[in-house]
Amino acid sequence: MNADLSSSSSIPSTGVNPEQDISRKGNFLMDEGFVYITLGFAVIAAGLIFWMAAIITEKAWPAIQTFGIPFIWSTDWSVPAEKFGALPYIFGTLVTSGIALLLAVPIGISVALITSENFLPQWVRTPLGFIVELIAAIPSVIIGLWGIFVFIPVFLPVQQFLHQTLGWFPLFSSEPPGPGILVAGLILTVMILPTISSISRDVLRSVPVTLRSASMALGATRWETIFRVMLPAAASGIVGASILGLGRALGETMAVAMVIGNTKRITPSLLDSASTIPAVLANEFAESHEGLHLQSLMLLGVILFILTLVVNIAAVWIIQALSLKGRE
Amino acid sequence: MDSQSTQTVADNANLSPALRVHNLAFYYGTKKALEGVTVDMYQNQVTALIGPSGCGKSTFIKALNRIGELEGDITIEGLVEFYGQNIYASNVNLNQLRRQIGMVFQKPNPFPMSIYDNVAYGLRVFGRISKTVLDETVEVALRGSALWDEVKDNLRKSALGLSGGQQQRLCIARAMAVRPKVLLMDEPCSALDPISTMKIEDLIHSLRNEVTIVIVTHNMQQASRVSDYTAFFNTDESRIGQLVEYNLTPQIFGAATDSRTRDYVEGRFG
Repeated sequence: MNADLSSSSSIPSTGVNPEQDISRKGNFLMDEGFVYITLGFAVIAAGLIFWMAAIITEKAWPAIQTFGIPFIWSTDWSVPAEKFGALPYIFGTLVTSGIALLLAVPIGISVALITSENFLPQWVRTPLGFIVELIAAIPSVIIGLWGIFVFIPVFLPVQQFLHQTLGWFPLFSSEPPGPGILVAGLILTVMILPTISSISRDVLRSVPVTLRSASMALGATRWETIFRVMLPAAASGIVGASILGLGRALGETMAVAMVIGNTKRITPSLLDSASTIPAVLANEFAESHEGLHLQSLMLLGVILFILTLVVNIAAVWIIQALSLKGRE
Repeated sequence: MDSQSTQTVADNANLSPALRVHNLAFYYGTKKALEGVTVDMYQNQVTALIGPSGCGKSTFIKALNRIGELEGDITIEGLVEFYGQNIYASNVNLNQLRRQIGMVFQKPNPFPMSIYDNVAYGLRVFGRISKTVLDETVEVALRGSALWDEVKDNLRKSALGLSGGQQQRLCIARAMAVRPKVLLMDEPCSALDPISTMKIEDLIHSLRNEVTIVIVTHNMQQASRVSDYTAFFNTDESRIGQLVEYNLTPQIFGAATDSRTRDYVEGRFG
């Protein structure tokens, strides 16, 4: 025992009692190795974004040189004349996503409230929340097919009714062809609903229950408690959820391309057909081989990229601003 | 049991009860948590509820403003009267009841909003109130809870920036702002340091002129310092909580009639 102690205090340490050994052994390499492997993957994932941005911008470069900034507000899009402009597609993208956001936020919050508060029995709430979340699992091409074959025919009479009774109002001023902006907006509403409702529900559930008790103990009703305490406490998360939903709506391609009608148009009427950036990309890439057409499509891609980037940065910024307000 | 209650009533012929509890039993689902509790809590007096963990004191206090039923499947038997009105009657407006019987919780739970908005919350819930009245009430409530001097320049700042003790005094101000008749306090100092605890105890002393206080505490020194009456709860062999003894605080701590009470206040168990 004594011999062991004296030998372990000498340097270099030879003949250490294996039970007292603290020197680095083989598995240290694995430990270090994992650090570099995970770091490597993280850098690759982050690097991909910059790489994609660089490639798309590079491919779009000739179009940027030809059209310059006016590409954004030009309404031309003619392949034979080689004149291209993005405005109709930006318009379609923003309007359909805006409709979706406007409708999906209140519906999503309602679903989140129903599933997080306890005014319904558990056996109603759990399946309800689960089914709404299942919407996210439906492939968008299936939603598109459902839109074409089920929703558009069913919804057409409603559109016609809107046009006949409210036709004097610009939003409903055109004869509805079936597919169109409103239909695309509604389809997008359905598609972003699970994003908004499930994140909002998680955020609402994370609000401490003691806040609810405190509010009720002051004599507030359930709805006063929800509107004055629960929702404000969850505001930053709900805004974040909504903007994630908006991001999804902006980039949604297949379902929108199938139900929006794909016409290059800027129109006040929600019943008109139109097109979006992702829709026109999906529709025209196959037949554009090279030249200015392809480069212009790439440039549309750059614009969509910037649009979603701005939306996501805004989301992060708003979430931070709101949660700071709570702490100060 | 009989001798106790006659003694208590005899001592207090001139006091009127704010809350009367008669033969209260309390079930979580089908599990009985509390049984046979009969006690009067007198107006403008401080009543302390003491007893070992799991004896049903918190359960009991949450039955007094019906906040316990928010937490799940709960059944109550017996009678709880607030100034002669059965609070479990079907015609009771729960929001009015809870406004009259305020509550301070174990952990400080200020809302994530400004100090001012926290105190004004209860008033705003009950309708539009002019800014001057609101300002005045907020100031009075904050002065009443000895917080005014510390926060008067920061009323618009978030309440979450306050220390734990300040937050708890804010919660007391928030509860007092709606002028309740009874204030229930569920271990209000258990999350606080000794100095903050002392401030809350001072506050309890000053508030008893305005309100009837019922306080649950694990700290027997606290019970003896702040309360006029003390109720000792304990569990029986089948782990059902019950009221063992209820009397003037000096009696409970000096000359308890039940041996279990004596053992408990002398620190021999619990």
